Amino acid sequence: MSDEPLLSVRDLVKDYALPGLLPSWLKGAAKRRVLHGVSFDIPAGRTLGLVGESGSGKSTTGRAIMGLTRASGGSVRLAGRELTGLNARQWRGMRREMQMVFQDPAASLHPQMSIGASLHETLAANHPALTRGDRQERIAALMERIGLPPEMLARAPGQFSGGQLQRIAIARALSVEPRLILADEPVSALDTSVQAQVLNLLRDLQAERGLALLFIAHDLAVVRQMSDRIAVMYHGHIVELADSADLVRRPAHPYTRGLLAAIPRSHPDQPRAHVSAVPMGEAAVSQGCAYAAQCPIATPHCRDEAPAWREVAAGHHAACHLA
Amino acid sequence: MPGAHGPVTLVADAGFAVERGQTLALLGESGCGKSVTALAIAGLLPEGARVTGRISLHGQDIAGLDEKRMQRLRGARIAMVFQNPRASLDPLMTIGDQIGEVLALHSDTPGRERKARATQLLVEVGIADPALVLNTRPHELSGGMCQRVAIAMAIASQPDVLIADEPTTALDTTVQRQILDLLRDVQARLGMALVLITHDLGVVADAADRVAVLYAGQVVERASVQALFDSPAHPYTSALLAAVPRLDPLQKRFAGIGGQVPAPSAMPQGCRFAPRCPAAMERCVTPPPQVQRAGGGMARCWLGEVAQ
Repeated sequence: MSDEPLLSVRDLVKDYALPGLLPSWLKGAAKRRVLHGVSFDIPAGRTLGLVGESGSGKSTTGRAIMGLTRASGGSVRLAGRELTGLNARQWRGMRREMQMVFQDPAASLHPQMSIGASLHETLAANHPALTRGDRQERIAALMERIGLPPEMLARAPGQFSGGQLQRIAIARALSVEPRLILADEPVSALDTSVQAQVLNLLRDLQAERGLALLFIAHDLAVVRQMSDRIAVMYHGHIVELADSADLVRRPAHPYTRGLLAAIPRSHPDQPRAHVSAVPMGEAAVSQGCAYAAQCPIATPHCRDEAPAWREVAAGHHAACHLA
Repeated sequence: MPGAHGPVTLVADAGFAVERGQTLALLGESGCGKSVTALAIAGLLPEGARVTGRISLHGQDIAGLDEKRMQRLRGARIAMVFQNPRASLDPLMTIGDQIGEVLALHSDTPGRERKARATQLLVEVGIADPALVLNTRPHELSGGMCQRVAIAMAIASQPDVLIADEPTTALDTTVQRQILDLLRDVQARLGMALVLITHDLGVVADAADRVAVLYAGQVVERASVQALFDSPAHPYTSALLAAVPRLDPLQKRFAGIGGQVPAPSAMPQGCRFAPRCPAAMERCVTPPPQVQRAGGGMARCWLGEVAQ
């Protein structure tokens, strides 16, 4: 039990039924698969970064783990307990263990409620045994920890800046004392100068409390800085998974290399990396590699046979015939 | 701009120049006035807004032009590309009809040649299958393709100045890369001046020749892209450069900037950055001078005065 990861995701699949006027006996066939068997582990106190472009399935993965969308297949275990298939009442108990931080903190806080009332509500829902006084105490301590004076609890979300609101959203998630936080693009709506406060806070709180973190973002630099390990997603597949330093220094999958090459340079003296001008679009649906249609080094073999998930170096996995 | 409690000044002292074939980046965070500045240049500010100062094109002042003459200028000599390409395209018209309309308005291309010209424009912005795209509507295209179409429409009249307002912010990294390459390519071919409005220092390093840094409605630093990255002269620029997360190696702390941009209604009397500035001194309560830098740059900061 002690060796078991805190969160374990295995072969997670998500299908969406295609809308339309299909007869019911055909409905089963008319579906679009957005997650094709996603697997990873997060040990207690560690961070896994999930990186990918829009439509890669990274947010859907997060939502399926949190039970915000029902998985179509596979398993999600938190501390050994299976989460797929839980009913709404059972889920309420699990929310105490896992909390989420979203891209837009304003959308996740009630606009007409004071921040204090929102924090109390979350805490009361997850820890009904706490008295009002207990909650007060815990919330005041958290406000101090995120660097906001407790008087601000009386204010509505509209009176805060984006960076302050995201710190409040983090405080709210932490108030229920979860073991895992799932952060979906938590800084991508913030100005660069403000991102730092939020990222430093997340990192510090994680270290202080031994939290596990699933950090979902499209910005590879931010993900690399925040994560112990990084999983790269492409069209519903994890194509590469490695320690974060290893992934950015020795990327094995051509898609990861393309992502790295596309990052704008950080100084005008750096050479512009060559980016192959392969047209971007829907991945070809075939039995082969999902990336083959766009891959600059694909061979006929790549189009015929899906690559196996294999260890290309110690602790470094990729799904590519050529890695 | 009219406000609830009297007029509010959104942008004051935004001065910069850009030459043919050159890219000027207007760098700033949200609320600094970069989009307002761009809209002012294109004469697109809402009614009631008041612009003072000079905006000149080829030496001719265009700030005072009436709407009719401005309309002729806009599109023909000055074109714009926006952050959300889908919003700047008509959802009901085919791409071909939209480009045709632009050609009818802003070029002397005869009607029967417009389709061929539209096809050629799509080829110029790197669209592999122009005949197909001409007959589609915006919702059938990806964000990156829509941005290519928007660029094609913007360059249809071969403008002298192209203003691109966060043209890649809504796009994925790999697509952003292609659009930046395309803008550079199109600019070199047409010899346009490009004003690139962005919050992203990576985009600046990638695409700009010169940079104007905006903070709270003022240009606080002007420099060549090289000088800006090598030796930023304004503490805000330095702080912004330090705040960008690096890909490698691992950073122990992220260096942010404390506090927030002051509201337009509560601007400090002196230096607008002083309340957040790590190098603020007593004299920063009075407005700082614009200190010229060697190589043609400027920094609006008392520190430069001290150094001289």
